[in-house]
Amino acid sequence: MTMAARALPPGAGALVSVALVPPATRLSFRGGPDAAEACAAAFGCDLPRRACRAAATEARAALWLGPDEWLLLAPEAETAALVAAIGAGLAAVPHALVDVSHRQVGFAIAGTQAATLLNTGCPLDLDPAAFPVGMCTRTVLAKCDVALWRRGVDLFRLEVNRSFADYVAGYLRVAERGLG
Amino acid sequence: MLLIPCPFCGPRPELEFRNAGHAHVTRNPAVDDPAWAETLFFRDNPKGIMAERWRHVSGCGRFFNVLRDTVSDAILASYKAGEPRPDVPLPGPEGEAPRIGAGDEVAP
Amino acid sequence: MTGEHRLARGGRVDRARPLRFTFDGHAYEGCQGDTLASALLANGVHLVGRSFKYHRPRGFLAAGAEEPNALCTVARDRARTEPNLRMTQVELYEGLVASSQNSWPARGFDLGAVNDLLSPLLGAGFYYKTFMGPRFVKGTTLWAKLFEPVIRRAAGLGVPPKEADPDHYANRFAHCDVLVVGGGAAGLAAALAAARAGARTILCDEGAEMGGALLCEPDATVDGMPAAAWVAATLAELARRGATLLPRTQGFGYYNHNFVALAQRLTDHLPHVPAGAPRERLWQVRAKRVVLATGAAERPLVFPDNDRPGVMLADAARAYLQRYGVKPGTQALVVTAHDAAYRTALALARAGVKIARIVDTRPRPAGPGLEAARAAGLPVTVGGTVVGTTGSLRVSGAMVAQASGTGATDFETVPCDLLLMSGGFTPAVHLFSQSRGKLRFDAETQRYLPGDPAQAQASVGACAGSWGLAAALDEGSAAGAAAAGSGAGRSHAVTGDHAGEGGGILGALPHGRDPARVKAFVDFQNDVTAKDIKLAVREGFRSIEHVKRYTTTGMATDQGKTSNMNSLAIAAGALGRTLPEVGLTTFRQPYTPVTFGTFAGAARDDLFDPVRRTPIHDLAAAQGARFEDVGQWKRAWYFPEAGEDLHAAVAREVRATRAVAGIFDASTLGKIEVVGPDAAEFLNRLYTNAWTKLAPGRCRYGLMLDEPGFVMDDGVVGRLGPDRFHVTTTTGGAPRVLNHMEDYLQTEFPELKVWLTSVTEQWAVIAVQGPRARDIVAPLVEGIDLSAQAFPHMAIREGRICGVPTRLFRVSFTGELGFEVNVPADYAAAVWQALWERTAALGGTAYGTEAMHVMRAEKGYVIVGQETDGTTTPDDLGLGGMVAMSKPDFVGKRSLARPDLVAPGRKQLVGLAIEGRTVLEEGAQITPTADPPVGTHAIGHVTSAYWSPTAGTPIALALVENGRARTGETVFVPMPGGAIAARVVGPVFHDPEGKRLNG
Ligand SMILES: [Zn+2]
Repeated sequence: MTMAARALPPGAGALVSVALVPPATRLSFRGGPDAAEACAAAFGCDLPRRACRAAATEARAALWLGPDEWLLLAPEAETAALVAAIGAGLAAVPHALVDVSHRQVGFAIAGTQAATLLNTGCPLDLDPAAFPVGMCTRTVLAKCDVALWRRGVDLFRLEVNRSFADYVAGYLRVAERGLG
Repeated sequence: MLLIPCPFCGPRPELEFRNAGHAHVTRNPAVDDPAWAETLFFRDNPKGIMAERWRHVSGCGRFFNVLRDTVSDAILASYKAGEPRPDVPLPGPEGEAPRIGAGDEVAP
Repeated sequence: MTGEHRLARGGRVDRARPLRFTFDGHAYEGCQGDTLASALLANGVHLVGRSFKYHRPRGFLAAGAEEPNALCTVARDRARTEPNLRMTQVELYEGLVASSQNSWPARGFDLGAVNDLLSPLLGAGFYYKTFMGPRFVKGTTLWAKLFEPVIRRAAGLGVPPKEADPDHYANRFAHCDVLVVGGGAAGLAAALAAARAGARTILCDEGAEMGGALLCEPDATVDGMPAAAWVAATLAELARRGATLLPRTQGFGYYNHNFVALAQRLTDHLPHVPAGAPRERLWQVRAKRVVLATGAAERPLVFPDNDRPGVMLADAARAYLQRYGVKPGTQALVVTAHDAAYRTALALARAGVKIARIVDTRPRPAGPGLEAARAAGLPVTVGGTVVGTTGSLRVSGAMVAQASGTGATDFETVPCDLLLMSGGFTPAVHLFSQSRGKLRFDAETQRYLPGDPAQAQASVGACAGSWGLAAALDEGSAAGAAAAGSGAGRSHAVTGDHAGEGGGILGALPHGRDPARVKAFVDFQNDVTAKDIKLAVREGFRSIEHVKRYTTTGMATDQGKTSNMNSLAIAAGALGRTLPEVGLTTFRQPYTPVTFGTFAGAARDDLFDPVRRTPIHDLAAAQGARFEDVGQWKRAWYFPEAGEDLHAAVAREVRATRAVAGIFDASTLGKIEVVGPDAAEFLNRLYTNAWTKLAPGRCRYGLMLDEPGFVMDDGVVGRLGPDRFHVTTTTGGAPRVLNHMEDYLQTEFPELKVWLTSVTEQWAVIAVQGPRARDIVAPLVEGIDLSAQAFPHMAIREGRICGVPTRLFRVSFTGELGFEVNVPADYAAAVWQALWERTAALGGTAYGTEAMHVMRAEKGYVIVGQETDGTTTPDDLGLGGMVAMSKPDFVGKRSLARPDLVAPGRKQLVGLAIEGRTVLEEGAQITPTADPPVGTHAIGHVTSAYWSPTAGTPIALALVENGRARTGETVFVPMPGGAIAARVVGPVFHDPEGKRLNG
């Protein structure tokens, strides 16, 4: 990161905008169903059991990324407190909790052309019927692995490893030219 | 580009996967040297149905198994690692995959 | 008037919008709706190029994508110059600049046409025979400098620009319920039925305008509407229903699992291209169901001199007449084996073209076409043939004979300036075949037709062998409805249908003339004649795939769209076999050529591949770092001061680090957090070392093998707690190691309660190495006792540095006292800055990857992938002590007992001491004597070689057979300037006792 990513225009596009999201707490949570249940209680947000679905509250979200893997999102300042709370709540349950707050960078992609922009490089069917609001998954965008979460019909969150953020920002800028 | 059914995520484009070779190769370090060499290095190359491993590496990250017809690319089954190879009906004469595109000549 | 041969009315061109263009520098006028081909024909231009091999004058054969002759180069500027475009598909725009190809100095006077006179030398296999020719010819200078370039230049197509392509190309992944390829009657009906059933529908067509053959049917009606009006109404309804309509879009590739690639032309038809607008878009479509409505292409007839300008497919002439309002000639002779050509003859006659003769090659033709022609008073010869043509740059006459006659002398020359031919229609089964559908040969109609589909797909209309408008519409509608899962389609009320038409012939027409003296072309683009195919069979080629490659028939850019069936039939005849016995050659993607830009899309320049930078990159750059590529990473390579080259900078960096301290950005190191109650057991099984007894707070160097027993990665592993390890991997090995670990965890050891998380990018790593390293780090650290007793070599502590969390390793890859400061990546720049200020104040340095490599080599530390090559065992590296053979199992353990891995004579890691100042070349071979005879087996190779600033000599690491036993021996490294002697020594050149590590 990310001279190019930081230089993104602040969401001004009429049909689609791309913006960095503020720093956040990101925790990778791994474990079985018992652990997920216990974690939900400590985290204050459900950990979806259904594949490729996210649950969210006002300030928290849990994204199913694999059958024993969730990405927990929370405000930046809460990292230490959440690590402590989940650790305490799951002292007796095998699990793994790893702070990955700095590993990733988040983009918000918004607008009526948001799905179309993503489909320049993402091979998934992003029709709302196939990829409804609340769906999330890891996938690819052009030559980069990403995690994609649909927060609204016209609003996506993209999480990418930080060293790919420049590439993703540059790619989206070029791809936007090709929407016409 | 294949459309590969991940047992966890459902059908996904091949771009999200990485092939991981033959399925059901048993790792048994107790065998003698020739048998161990078979385990390590010798693979068949079937024309027809093959059990192969894939990893949904740009997805849920799981390794799993697929039965694929190497002639038609039809995927007949997808199942989790550790599960036994499912029985699928072997294709009869009319189920034989077409040769055009794979071979030189078309039969009448 | 937009061309003297333009009709006053009719067709789909807009005469009120004239367009000026140039062709080979001559100015012409066409009009909106023209292709370059129709506009040139409107101006009476038939000679548009020279053929590939013989430089014969050529004109338009077809009116669509299958055109083999009329290729041109269209240039907007030097960089925007595209060769090999089919003029029949180039849409005219104001100011278009086009030129012919393969003719020099001019179309009308082509020096290369001497090839036509030399043609006895240029028969089938000429290029193979010549370029694979005997060495004594090929080896000569004259050959290399003169003949080969001339031959290669004479046989050519257009010239691509040398400039980088300035255009932008887009990509789109799309999904649909029903993809319809082909926007003619069948395709439109299919798309409409699918869309009405609520299916997500995509309809693409190669033309600028949807409608296909309907655009050439001014007299037909569908459901009471003129055909063109029905097309417009259908398109409007499709748009209203949300279907994706893609004109100018070629479906060019049909891949597995109903994945279809389309190439959409976006701006090539515009006179002024908006800045930044993408030129083409690649559509990668995944369709639940595909309907192919790709039509059929008319076949030429194969007779002598069938390639003169003015010789054209009959259906193409009708398209020029009825779609573009152009008279392609004034006096036409029609030779046909199919009823459809009568329709063309009648339409031409109505438009005022004189029909000199209709020659039907069939002995007993019948049907409404023939009757109508006779009723209109057109002269018809039944059971006739054409045995040759006259004219040079334009056909002037056709030599008409009775098919039963000898032909050679017994013919009548009928004057004409347009010779129309129809050998029947070949269904366009290319995409069906690409989809791996099996074709079946219909003996009655002598056609290959789609058999059972191999994917969720249906073929409708002419590509499925049907004929006539109603059949196309009804089949399309049924297939569209079925694809959308909504039962039956509907039937259409049609007038102007031609359902009864039929006929066709395959192969060459008999002519009775001296075969050595005439050329009857089969493949126009590659200049392959009937004689060439027969010659190939005579020379022993039996497989049609070999005949194809030897004669090059069907191998031009048109892939034999007009020629393949005739080639097959001629080969079958020569082989004495039936067509199905001969078989078909493979239909390959792409259906028509696709630009490289379309495939590349955004992947060019900065976006060709992701460029990964560390959080410290910008600071290192500000300090003057030069960077090197390590995989996708940019790593600081060295930090030159004024006037320093690489060598000088590295020498200074090494000396300063060993004397004072250096700091190094190691952020790219792979890092995996291994967490869970079974974490230690998991590592026991993945690494050669034993982990159970490693105490929290301590580190160990871990060695990872693949299952065959070879070293695949290494790295320091720190234990943070009973169930938490911080594992590091090589920079390049990070994804591979994680994949390897996940593989074993998920499939071999799924019972273990442990999870793996990549934290490569969570933690930035700053190595601080050198005798003053502790003095640099200490003032910045809180909560960690840095004393040697409390924090010894190979330990890890968690605390804070510069106020932010750190995982602090006491490790060394230089042989000096060292720390590796891990901090969350957002804080890395600030921490680097703080450490750098202290380092600089003490007289230390920042160092890059080159100095790192030198220092580790001075210490004999291996780099996996440099000292190893995938066949290197721990013992080969002298690391046998790292292998805990007492463990019951670990990945690779069983293989370490394999016979080859315990056999004597394996290559072992050693150091090489060199007299003099020559640094060896990495990869150089090692021999036991200075000047071994040719064929001598090398006993090893150099793996690393550097100038050692510390030793003041060159140093090298090498893998040498029985290397450890050779210690003290002299070996040789043969180089172009003579062999370099080297003494085998231990691999550690600096501080072999390791005292400096523990400072
Ligand atoms: Zn998956």
